[in-house]
Amino acid sequence: MSTRTLDRPVKQSTPRQRKRRIFWTGAAFASPWIIGFLAFTVYPFFGSLYYSFTSYDLFSAPKWIGLANYRAILSDPSFYKALSNTFYMAFIAMPIGLVASLLVALLLNLKVRGITFYRTLYYVPAVIPIVASAILWTWLLNPDYGLVNIVLRSVGLNDPAWLLDPNYTKPSLIMMGLWGSGAGALIFLAALQGIPQQYYEAASIDGAAWYRRIWHITLPGLSPILLFQFLMGLIGAMQIFTESFILGGGANSGTMGGPDQSLFFYAIYLYQNAFIYLKMGYASALAWILFVIVVLLTLVVLKTSARWVYYGGD
Amino acid sequence: MSRTSPKTTTVAAAAVPARSVRSRRKLLTRTIAPHTALILVGCLFLFPIVWLFLTAVKTPEEIFAVPPSLLPEHWRWSNYADAVSAIPFGRYMGNTLLLCAINIAGQLLSAPLVAYSISKIPWSGRGLVFSLIVGTMILPGQVQLIPVYIIFSKLGWVGTFLPLTIGSFFGAPFYIFLLRQFMLGLPTELIEAAKIDGASELRIYARIMLPLLQPPLMTIALFTFVASYTDFMGPLIYLNDASKWTITVGLQGFLQDHGAQWEQLMAASALVTLPMIVLYFFGQKYFMKSGSALTGLK
Repeated sequence: MSTRTLDRPVKQSTPRQRKRRIFWTGAAFASPWIIGFLAFTVYPFFGSLYYSFTSYDLFSAPKWIGLANYRAILSDPSFYKALSNTFYMAFIAMPIGLVASLLVALLLNLKVRGITFYRTLYYVPAVIPIVASAILWTWLLNPDYGLVNIVLRSVGLNDPAWLLDPNYTKPSLIMMGLWGSGAGALIFLAALQGIPQQYYEAASIDGAAWYRRIWHITLPGLSPILLFQFLMGLIGAMQIFTESFILGGGANSGTMGGPDQSLFFYAIYLYQNAFIYLKMGYASALAWILFVIVVLLTLVVLKTSARWVYYGGD
Repeated sequence: MSRTSPKTTTVAAAAVPARSVRSRRKLLTRTIAPHTALILVGCLFLFPIVWLFLTAVKTPEEIFAVPPSLLPEHWRWSNYADAVSAIPFGRYMGNTLLLCAINIAGQLLSAPLVAYSISKIPWSGRGLVFSLIVGTMILPGQVQLIPVYIIFSKLGWVGTFLPLTIGSFFGAPFYIFLLRQFMLGLPTELIEAAKIDGASELRIYARIMLPLLQPPLMTIALFTFVASYTDFMGPLIYLNDASKWTITVGLQGFLQDHGAQWEQLMAASALVTLPMIVLYFFGQKYFMKSGSALTGLK
């Protein structure tokens, strides 16, 4: 390699030589990521595009079939079922979770004694592995013996069958998400603490009520991190898998996707085709459709964000 | 919505009240109300966890009692022993910890190198590398999933730990990003001085930079531990031989085989959860930092 490590300062190297040496040193330090990027991002990216035009079961060579996978997907009712369930998570469940995190962050931003203690505790549900929390919530939401329904019955409310009733499975997932909202809250909290205190003081002197302070100072101050959380939440929701896999009883049973396919998400659909039916070409086409949807959603969010995201002028 | 509310009334209300009323109201709004809210919401967050650990030591009769009792009559610790012997719990835990250790080593070796390159070496490609790193943070992982699986399957690595560990040695974008933010905040004088003394970049990196990076590297080690420990889809796809399973896949298998034995399921889930909670309480200041690290993203 041309990156000779030098123990003495070089005296006679020309600026061009110096520049070249710096370039290769930089590239050498970055090389782990560059190699990984080529092998695990660039190659798979185009690899999956190629496979999406083939019929491939891992054992015999991929066979070129043109757009047949895409045509089959567009006429498969499962595709639309998976898409609508996933959009529910992305556009209903995720924003609810985001608002909850924001509210929890406002609560954890109160200036009271012992607040760091509360902050520590609120985060705990977020460190529990999804598999364990899914099992715990299956029990808490048990229609007859679960704590949630026992409480609901005792105050005279109706007690849905939650994870067994297709109309309540997704709200159950929302509830589980709310339980883990401490993680998102902590990110909002850091942003809240970055908002200059003088703004609030000035507003109080002008007699602005608390809700006006939230609307005119807190929300604009939070908007960059809100955009980030919204985007990450959107991308995450489009790929939701584990909760549904556990609650749907795993890969082997006919119950995958939950009661009446109400938890049949896009990632479950993809997993099923790739790893149960070994339809790698079909699943690659699914992955590419997902990618295009995510890119489009990201662009729409970023385009409209210019209207509501406020970048402070410091 | 609230736009029409007259400002004047709030001003008037705040200006008038007498002294004692004001201090009493202050106590209420500044102390009692916030703590009440914080405690109530805190109970909602914590009670399910308490319930998990309590259910884990109850008898089946107590579990199915309506209304349930909060505490078990006899603390049945044997549920734990039953759960641990019903599945090869120790083996699953050993596999998981091995994966965690390898992944931590991989990230700690690679991520700071790359971060150093894009924050402290003034080479011409660093802007491009940085934008690509941020770009890949947004890319949905499932697009790469199948071709990567095909690569590993052709290499004969499916069923081994390699697909679940090799990626760590190339540096995760998010960790590189975190380290870059941290390094940009470090003064360059030391580095400049070392350069004048003729130290190579590798030496500067190892002797000057790495010791300064201890706090963010701790954060990365913890995050990597949590990510490997809780990962489900990766082990599910790559580890088809039950003797190689991790704790999360093992727990899911346990659920499938013993779906009705809630006391054992709760005990197993509690055992899987406990290391995370312990780790969290020991490393909480590093977890808490994740939020402030992200606010650098503007």
